[in-house]
Amino acid sequence: MKLLFEKSIENRRTHYLSACDVPDVELPIKRKTPLGLPQLSETDVTRHYSELESNTFGINDGFYPLGSCTMKYNPKINDKISGLPGFTDIHPLQPQSTVQGLFEALDTAGQYLSEITGMYAMSFQPAAGAHGELASLMMFKKYFEERGETDRVKVIVPDSAHGTNPATVHMCGMKIINLPSNADGCIDLDQLRAVVGPDTAGIMLTNPNTLGIFEEDILEITKIVHNAGGLCYYDGANLNAIAGIMRPGEMGFDCIHLNLHKTFSTPHGGGGPGSGAIGCKEFLYKYLPGPQIVKEGDSYSFKDYEGSIGQILAFYGNTLISLRALAFIMAYGKDGLPIMSKHAVLNANYMKHRLSERFEIFNKGLCMHEFVITMEREAKGSNFTAKDMAKAILDEGMMAPTMYFPLIVKEALMVEPTETEGKETLDRVIDTYISIYDKVMKENTLAGQFPKNTIIGRPDEVGAARNPIVRYSNPNNI
Amino acid sequence: MENPTNLKYSKDHEWLKEEGDKVTVGITYFAQDQLGSLVFVNLPEVGDEITKGEPFCDVESVKAVSDVYSPVSGIVSAINEDLLDNPEKINDDPYDAWFIQVEQITETEELLTAEQYEDFCKEEA
Repeated sequence: MKLLFEKSIENRRTHYLSACDVPDVELPIKRKTPLGLPQLSETDVTRHYSELESNTFGINDGFYPLGSCTMKYNPKINDKISGLPGFTDIHPLQPQSTVQGLFEALDTAGQYLSEITGMYAMSFQPAAGAHGELASLMMFKKYFEERGETDRVKVIVPDSAHGTNPATVHMCGMKIINLPSNADGCIDLDQLRAVVGPDTAGIMLTNPNTLGIFEEDILEITKIVHNAGGLCYYDGANLNAIAGIMRPGEMGFDCIHLNLHKTFSTPHGGGGPGSGAIGCKEFLYKYLPGPQIVKEGDSYSFKDYEGSIGQILAFYGNTLISLRALAFIMAYGKDGLPIMSKHAVLNANYMKHRLSERFEIFNKGLCMHEFVITMEREAKGSNFTAKDMAKAILDEGMMAPTMYFPLIVKEALMVEPTETEGKETLDRVIDTYISIYDKVMKENTLAGQFPKNTIIGRPDEVGAARNPIVRYSNPNNI
Repeated sequence: MENPTNLKYSKDHEWLKEEGDKVTVGITYFAQDQLGSLVFVNLPEVGDEITKGEPFCDVESVKAVSDVYSPVSGIVSAINEDLLDNPEKINDDPYDAWFIQVEQITETEELLTAEQYEDFCKEEA
């Protein structure tokens, strides 16, 4: 498909304006060459974007079981609420007294999320999960600085963690302690006891973990870190398994981030925008990114706390996204959220159980909201890799699971169906997986031949990473 | 591919060439094969102090970013800048594509001969 720039035709316009009656002035810094923007009619532009849309696959097109990403359906009520003129027709710089409704809505969203997670307060500033992680570790750092414990620079990260966890530690100028998992893929308590000490700043954990296993020793884990003087950080990536049932705050976590675009059904991917709201216990409250929304008497206002790590995004984050999450929470309600999580876990276990007829599953016993298939046996014995399986799934008009993650499982396919799929869809998907499996195991040469029906076949991933073309260069100009 | 017998090997899959007070470090054939086609390498700077058993650089394949662990403690005296633009050389000839040279070595981990390393890899595979 061509770029808009490549479709450009000299002097083609969407609108023809009358001649400019403002006199041309001589400026010393006036541009000498034209801007080089595409020149197109409205028909061309509309068709271009429709073509892009038809080449895209999203949750509204079909099954999207991207493990660890919680690609759930985004209810229309979210858009309806966040599209109310009282929220959209306002400006971030208008007087605070005139946006009390927005303040109240955000404050309510913060209270609900605090209640769900067992935290004292939330901040909606971070633009995405990794941004929330960074803000939280900056809070840890500031907390230790104020206590004069500047030797606390080491952050423990299990080897099954999301790549953003170690990246956050590094960005924050702290030191990563990589903790190998035990054979079940969980935290090894003895290993943890061995690495904590007076230089421990904290631990970063997801629970359930990246393999979809609930860390049953979680209270002991957070106790070991707290006893060593460190803090516990909860990566909210997998909250969809436990929301409304169990609270990270009660597991012993001091600070968390929530991917509103995962558990709370705001748009995920395609530019979202995302939201990595963070929450903390009361003793860390003053360090939250500023400003905070506070209620005094009957009115709300922004307040900057001394001790805050400061502002980390313009204004107050992606507020319309926070409002979508609020709409979702209120639509589901106190009774609905636990049902959501239970269905997410049920769907994953149903798929896991049926797929285990053919595939080797890394998780032993029940899983939480996701599970991991390992195709190591097929890759070694039949030259049928996880990538081949994923490519064959694309051919069937559905999204493939996450591949080759977590890193501790070889030839991994990570499946997270979420709660928003019905049994009929799951059965159809499972039957498709099994039929691909049987076909390829019968005739191994097929393995490398998929996909056959997609717009592009197998792109050269290595070439794309080694020689990326990230900018269009106009042959005539610029 | 044969692992050259004039080199020594670490259990983290680095090779070492010892010449007087200086060692040259790279990653083994087995390591690059496990990682897959490399697309990026991040090297330390000359003068950096590196510590035995701790990462001194990272390599990135299409699948993942992986740390490379140092088999020695010492000071980096040279880096192979060519790899920054041409990471594929690590896949093409891992025993020619050296990463760093280290001097003022204070500590070296227990290393394996080519033969011992081959046995070690068979167990790992």
